[in-house]
Formats: sequence, C-alpha cells, structure tokens
Amino acid sequence: MIADARALDGPLEIGGVSFQSRLIVGTGKYETNEVMVDAIRASGAEMVTVAVRRVDLDRSSEAGILHHLDPDEFFLLANTAGCYSAEDAIRYARLARAAGFNEFVKLEVIGDERTLLPDVFGTIEAAKVLADEGFKVMAYTNDDLITALRLEDAGCVAVMPLASPIGSGLGVVNPYFIREIKSRLEVPIIVDAGVGTASHACVTMEQGVDGVLMNTALAAADDPVRMSHAMKHAIIAGRLAYLAGRMPSREIGVPSSPTRGMLD
Amino acid sequence: MTQDTIQVRLNGKDRAIDGGHTVATLLESLDLHPGMVVVELNRDILDRDDYAAHTVSDGDTLELVHFVGGG
Repeated sequence: MIADARALDGPLEIGGVSFQSRLIVGTGKYETNEVMVDAIRASGAEMVTVAVRRVDLDRSSEAGILHHLDPDEFFLLANTAGCYSAEDAIRYARLARAAGFNEFVKLEVIGDERTLLPDVFGTIEAAKVLADEGFKVMAYTNDDLITALRLEDAGCVAVMPLASPIGSGLGVVNPYFIREIKSRLEVPIIVDAGVGTASHACVTMEQGVDGVLMNTALAAADDPVRMSHAMKHAIIAGRLAYLAGRMPSREIGVPSSPTRGMLD
Repeated sequence: MTQDTIQVRLNGKDRAIDGGHTVATLLESLDLHPGMVVVELNRDILDRDDYAAHTVSDGDTLELVHFVGGG
C-alpha cells in the first residue's frame, strides 16, 4: 500500500540528497532507546535529528545515541538546539560536522525561553556564516515570510517554519503564512515544531509544504510506536490530498445523487 | 617515569589528571571511543586523526561532546 502511495509522489530532495519519506523525526524525550528506534522505524523516516552535548564523564558512555541508532540506517541531522546566539549555534554546528557524518545542520537560534520562538536575526546571521563554510543549513524559523526569504538568500538548503511553538502540540496555527512561504521560496519548506497529532500532520501537508519535522508528538504519545504509524499515514494522506487537488468548498449542500428520476 | 599531575578544565569541571597525556590517551583513560566523540581543545575543534599529536597541558580547557537524543 505504501509502495503504491509513493509511486504517486516524487522524492523529497534536500541539498542534493533524496528521501522517500517526507517525515523527519527527532530522537529526544523517549522513555527508552528501544522505543525510540522502534518508533522511528514505524514512522518510515529516513532523516533523524540529534543534539550535540557534553559527554557525561560520570556516567556510562553508552548515553551517546550512536550506541543505539545506526548511522548507516538513518541520515543524521545534527541540530543546534539550546543555543541562544549565532555564535553558539555556529560552534555547535562545527562540532557536529567534526563528527564526520555529513554537512547538514538543523540551525536553531532560540530567542525566548517561554515560547522557544526563534531569534530570527541570530538565525540569519548564523545561516550566512555556516552556508559560507559549506554547511547545508536547514533553518528553523517562525512563520514569517520575510525571514524565510532572507534565510533562502543566506544559502539555506531548506527553510523550516514552525507550525506552533516547539513541544506545544498546537498544530499549524497560521496555515495562510505557511502557504505563502511555500509559494514564494524555491528551497524545500519543512514545517518544524508544533504538530501534536496525526490530523495536524495531515493538515500541514495539505498546505503544500515539502515535509514535516516532529519529535514530541511521537515521543510523548502514550504509545509512540502506534503514533509513529499514524503519522506516517497522515503525512502521506496530506501530501496526496494536496497533489490530488481538493474539491471546492461551498456553504450550501449539493446533492451527490441525481435529482432526476425520483418517483412521483 | 611518573608524571606530575596537571590541572585541566574538562567538560566544565576542574580535574587533576596525569601529565603527559595526549588527547588520544586521555580519551582511552576515560574509556571513550575516539570515533564516538568530538574534542574541542581551548576552543579549537581537533581533527580526529590528530588526537595523538595533541599533548594535554596544564591549564587546558577541553570539551568532549557527542550526539544525544534531540529534536
């Protein structure tokens, strides 16, 4: 069934790399590493995000995610999560690249602790530096068109507006702005953050964006593996509905059965 | 020959370690696989192939980082 659905859609291409799945998933906040790996496999995602942190020298070195996640099975997208300045984000990105997997980075420069909304000025500044250094920057940003255009100009290979704040599960709060960003940029648009459940993922994909990135919606579900299956289908459903072109909506009823041929 | 201990700042904590370590032997003493960590020595990111060439000196600041779960 999935094979048929994929035949109706092209691949997602980001920075010269081709992906079959339009779902990108995070690896944070799972109760166990086993559940994380099972959930990611169920989601069908090929690209997975990871964070850069100090090795905890007082604990087992098994805490590193690469002890659980095979880098030959998944495409690792390192993030700069937790960085509040361009300088810090650039430092984290360079450390991530030195790990030797790829040139991709999910750039996050956070501007506010309560909402985790991005510092768009810092994000643009860091994006320019990193793109000049040969990074393939996928930039987390808000749903602002002008920022998105600046990030594309800065050389980002994907621009990733939020649906709603990170970890909020509120779904896409401004579908109009998401559509406008998609229609005005050439690079892939990945909606990153805020999706809470499968209907949100579906509605997001129906806006015509290229993909969705999520973490908490899967990790914080009561059953992450089951939710990952649901998200896989929701992403495909939303994408195909977008490609299929929906019927016009009307505020009156229109019968589906013939009005002629009724009995006296 | 026993080396004197030196003071370094390692992942945000002051530590006394044996003198004479290279980055490579320090990682080994910490039971860390060199392929699993990235090392920043005094804010410079080291090339993995050079770990054995860098001596750890008194007063050095080292950051040993790796990938963890994140979104």
